[in-house]
Amino acid sequence: MKTLLQVKELAVSYFTYAGEVQAVRGVSFDVEKNQTVAIVGESGCGKTVTAKSIMGLIKKPGIVDENSQILFQGENLVRYTKKQWNNFCGKECGMIFQDALVSLNPTMKVGKQIIENLDNHEPSLSKEEKKARAVEILKLAGIADAEQCLEKYPHELSGGMRQRVMIGMALVTNPKLLIADEPTTALDVTIQAQIMELLKDLQNKLHMSIILITHDLGVVADIADFIVVMYAGKIVERGSCREIFYHASHPYTWALLKSVPRIDYNGQTLVTIEGSIPDMTNPPKGCAFCKRCPYAMHICKEHEPSKWDLGDGHEVSCWLMDERADREGVPFETGRRVGNE
Amino acid sequence: MSDTIRKQAELEVKNLKKYYKIAKGKSLKAVDDVSFTIYQGETMGIVGESGCGKTTCGKTCIGILPKSGGEVYFRGKDVHAMSRKEKFIFTKDVQMIFQDPYASLDPHQKVYDIIAEGIQIHKLAKDKNEEQKRVFELLEMVGLTAEHASRNVHEFSGGQRQRIGIARALSVNPKFLFCDEPISALDVSIQAQIVNLLMKLQKEQGLTMLFIAHDLSVVKHISDKIGVMYLGKMVELSDSSQLYSNPLHPYTKALLTAVPIADPDISRKRQRIILEGDVPSPVNPPAGCRFSGRCKNCMEICKKEEPKMREVAEGHWTACHLYDSKNEEVYQHEV
Repeated sequence: MKTLLQVKELAVSYFTYAGEVQAVRGVSFDVEKNQTVAIVGESGCGKTVTAKSIMGLIKKPGIVDENSQILFQGENLVRYTKKQWNNFCGKECGMIFQDALVSLNPTMKVGKQIIENLDNHEPSLSKEEKKARAVEILKLAGIADAEQCLEKYPHELSGGMRQRVMIGMALVTNPKLLIADEPTTALDVTIQAQIMELLKDLQNKLHMSIILITHDLGVVADIADFIVVMYAGKIVERGSCREIFYHASHPYTWALLKSVPRIDYNGQTLVTIEGSIPDMTNPPKGCAFCKRCPYAMHICKEHEPSKWDLGDGHEVSCWLMDERADREGVPFETGRRVGNE
Repeated sequence: MSDTIRKQAELEVKNLKKYYKIAKGKSLKAVDDVSFTIYQGETMGIVGESGCGKTTCGKTCIGILPKSGGEVYFRGKDVHAMSRKEKFIFTKDVQMIFQDPYASLDPHQKVYDIIAEGIQIHKLAKDKNEEQKRVFELLEMVGLTAEHASRNVHEFSGGQRQRIGIARALSVNPKFLFCDEPISALDVSIQAQIVNLLMKLQKEQGLTMLFIAHDLSVVKHISDKIGVMYLGKMVELSDSSQLYSNPLHPYTKALLTAVPIADPDISRKRQRIILEGDVPSPVNPPAGCRFSGRCKNCMEICKKEEPKMREVAEGHWTACHLYDSKNEEVYQHEV
């Protein structure tokens, strides 16, 4: 079996005083073994909530819809009990977060925090074996004096080092899946480059799948095999890395790519996406992007677009793909290899 | 360049120093011996990693922070030795846009009052009607509408707040704008809106700008020239296109290749220089060149002697021993 994780029609809602916030509204994607899947989108689009539901971290008032399915090696995680989750998190699946300083326990030495993960999941190991495993993983994570590092507190380490410790902590149990939630957003560019190289290197050595959550398309271009673009709790477009970057077919994806200045271009005109994201307590009836979309048609306001398959797993949810659509003046490719599902 | 001589210098910074005393006899050299000139209508960008002193440099330049040494002249006047009257005019001419659009607007005030305050202080409107007209004009200029004026700040999103911040800065007809990371707190789709707005306003009003950000691609997009800072020192200063096509300092080279490019083919093919280690502490910087500990081309001299800024090509300055005439041959050989 090649597929490691299948997410099917995942829906998550938060029940707040202001009403039901539909954070994720029917998201489906697969993660193959050894593959890097990137989830891209701006803040509030539901990318972190998607990741958290895979780790069973959705807490009240958030509720994962009962009909959603998260199949990890064929087993549905949504139905897991608390005990099953405890066995799963950290063992089969590790997670690293954006802010390493907040995510590490400030009162505990780094070594103890790493070994704690082994205590929970591999209690049969002896103390020495656990320590050896911790040293080994920190060395893999690029920390030269790993033995000394085990004896330090998080505040004694720099931002880049802390992120390396977090990666080590997540990977010490050899998980099959690593979820990285904006792992480099808080870091400087030169350190970001170090951490991205490290993740690529570790993936080759440890043969794990990675779900990378980010808003930085530059980072994605470098590492992702498959890209999922989310907007307002839905997937608007998904496809292989090359398909998304060179044949973006959804107006949001296209604008997102053109709105970031590129260092290798001179005199570029930035495309702006006017307006801001919709209120998710009351999501729009039709396409969620239609208010900000310069190519919106009447149908976009009334009906949600269905999915169009453009081949090779490239899927787009946009009415422009329909052959009846008025595509005049649309600057990106529409309806390449069209075939309505 | 004969062209630059004729251009009028707006802000001249000469050997600016800013030290913080942290313990007996110890000082943190946040900005050390930085010089540059911004000409009228130009945008200068300063880039560098966090803690390199770029914000401190900017704040000292416009007199928000007292200097420890050196000189700053705004239109020929010493910024740090102004009389009260001169300072009053200076604060009208020089305005600032801040990083955090949430913290930099007073939550008690209505949008109208935030924008009108500067107009009232500097008496730029004859009567209430003119003041109101001006505020509405400003709101439209930054892409908001007149009806937004009566609202409270908390009703706005981050991007809209940043627009209010820009309108406030422009309300007093400034000549110089200091933007300190104006877009880094905003979402990707909103960043382009603000960048385009700033560039449009600059062109329309002939503003001079000092633009500080850690995102090199944004700085390159918006600036005419760029200064690269490392640990309180300026290591390279050049035209923005020149800096990208022909970076001289090893740090600039590494910084440029570390910037991700949103194009899988280019990004996976290009050669990257991955710097090892972290930025050393500015309290105790390495002797000689401050970058020497992380530099691949480090020579004996780099550990002993601090390199000076030299003009290597026309308008292209760098502080690196590799471009000393006697070392140039050695470097050519190594490459």
